[in-house]
Amino acid sequence: MKDLSDLEVPGPTKTSLTAPFWDNAAKGRLVIQKCDDCSRHFFYPRPLCPSCWSPEVRWSEVSGLGRLQSFSEIWKPGHPGWISATPFLVGLVKLEEGPTLLSHIFADSNQVSVGDHLVFVPHNIGGQILPCFKKSEFKEETP
Amino acid sequence: MRHLSPQAAISGIGELKPIRKTEGVTTLELLMQVSALALKDAGIGPDQVDGLLVGPQVGETPQHVPATVAEYFGLQPTMSNVVDLGGASGPGMIWRAAAAIAAGQCETVLCVLGNHRNTPAPRSPNRNPAREFDPPFGASGANTSYALLMQAHMATYGCSAEDYAMIAAGSRSNAQANPDAIFFGQPAGVDDVLASPIVTSPLHLFEIVMPVAGGDAVVVTTTEKAKAAPHRPVHLLGAGEKITHRIVSQAPSLTSGPLKEAIQKALFQSGLTIEFIDFLSFYDCYTIMVAATIEDAGLCTPGQFGAWLRENGGMGPNARQPINTHGGQLGFGQPDLAGGMTHVVEAVRQIRGNTSGRQIPSCNTALITGNGATMSEAVALVFGGAS
Repeated sequence: MKDLSDLEVPGPTKTSLTAPFWDNAAKGRLVIQKCDDCSRHFFYPRPLCPSCWSPEVRWSEVSGLGRLQSFSEIWKPGHPGWISATPFLVGLVKLEEGPTLLSHIFADSNQVSVGDHLVFVPHNIGGQILPCFKKSEFKEETP
Repeated sequence: MRHLSPQAAISGIGELKPIRKTEGVTTLELLMQVSALALKDAGIGPDQVDGLLVGPQVGETPQHVPATVAEYFGLQPTMSNVVDLGGASGPGMIWRAAAAIAAGQCETVLCVLGNHRNTPAPRSPNRNPAREFDPPFGASGANTSYALLMQAHMATYGCSAEDYAMIAAGSRSNAQANPDAIFFGQPAGVDDVLASPIVTSPLHLFEIVMPVAGGDAVVVTTTEKAKAAPHRPVHLLGAGEKITHRIVSQAPSLTSGPLKEAIQKALFQSGLTIEFIDFLSFYDCYTIMVAATIEDAGLCTPGQFGAWLRENGGMGPNARQPINTHGGQLGFGQPDLAGGMTHVVEAVRQIRGNTSGRQIPSCNTALITGNGATMSEAVALVFGGAS
């Protein structure tokens, strides 16, 4: 995986509400919110469940496994701090538990496809450990 | 939902020729210039305007936008507001103007959008999830979001890069008949589109709009007053709107957008079906947006936009159902939020029948779409010419 620790790029704008997501990810635990009333996981963090508006939400560690819903190889980044890292991959990761999040993807761009199995990997980007994903070794069984 | 009988009509349009760069210009100056064009076109003076709809003006007028614009223009409207739906703002203004007229709050509404391109570009960074959860991973800006939408569409339906490139090539081709277009004199075929550099895969440079300075203004008034205007009135026959999300990770679908529901509603209100629409004025920030809109409008089944375009005979004025005859934003340029209004203005021109060198032989109806953020803010309008 590429060393991205020296990039001067915008990091997360953490709030007290969202800090558990970022802080746990930095410690190697992928933690998102789950609603105790409707039992749905959701992302990003909110004070109430966005499905049923219940206040009974709690942090819950998830498997860190997901599938690649889509990806893009970035040649011209929107932020100049990323230019030295080009080309790189970003993707939409649909977690096993349901929610989708956008993340940095570590994979060979010639080997990556929509539907690929991914696994959570904490990685240093610009001096902060962020929740990234890489292709998992898991091979789908052919039916 | 109900069928509408037309209560509002477009009596005036104005558009500035887009330019790549400006120096020391303010948004307010451009808005006033383009508004004067629209009022002249409508055959009215500023004393006739009692409604004003404007867009957000990043870096110049963050608050009190309607009052700032009204004061600058010398207007004292009885209805005014900001419409903030990204590229759907222009079409979103049109039905809001009609609704305000129907509510008896005003009779003639000026809808205006415009922007300069001074250096440095004004910025007003987000302090919300769009800032917190995408940029830290290297995903900033619309190019990444639409690349993700396009990759998902390609993977789901197996459409080829050539299919999407046809939309950019068709837009460039249409722009050759519009001397105001930023790519007038610069045609590009499918091969040229595919030879342009990849910006964010699978998007090529020529599949992405060119940002320009410019402005568009539209006068919406009562059907009665529109009869006195110099040009054929263009009636609002139907409208639909839907907002589903802001950032692409929250999209309920990556291959179909909220325009699907908005278009269905607009068509239902108009009493028309898609095959009876003479002109398709489709929002086109990227090629994938037109592809998804062709499919969401029900012109073909999902994934078949390429085959449909070939059967349609391309996008030009002589196609079965012409698309974006002004060049679309892909050929005309994207004057920021006014880009969405260019699709309204071209539909009015086509229905009036007074375009030069790109007139659709018989054009009485148009479907206009507006799209904002990450295929997430949608407005659709159906226009019909007064008989």
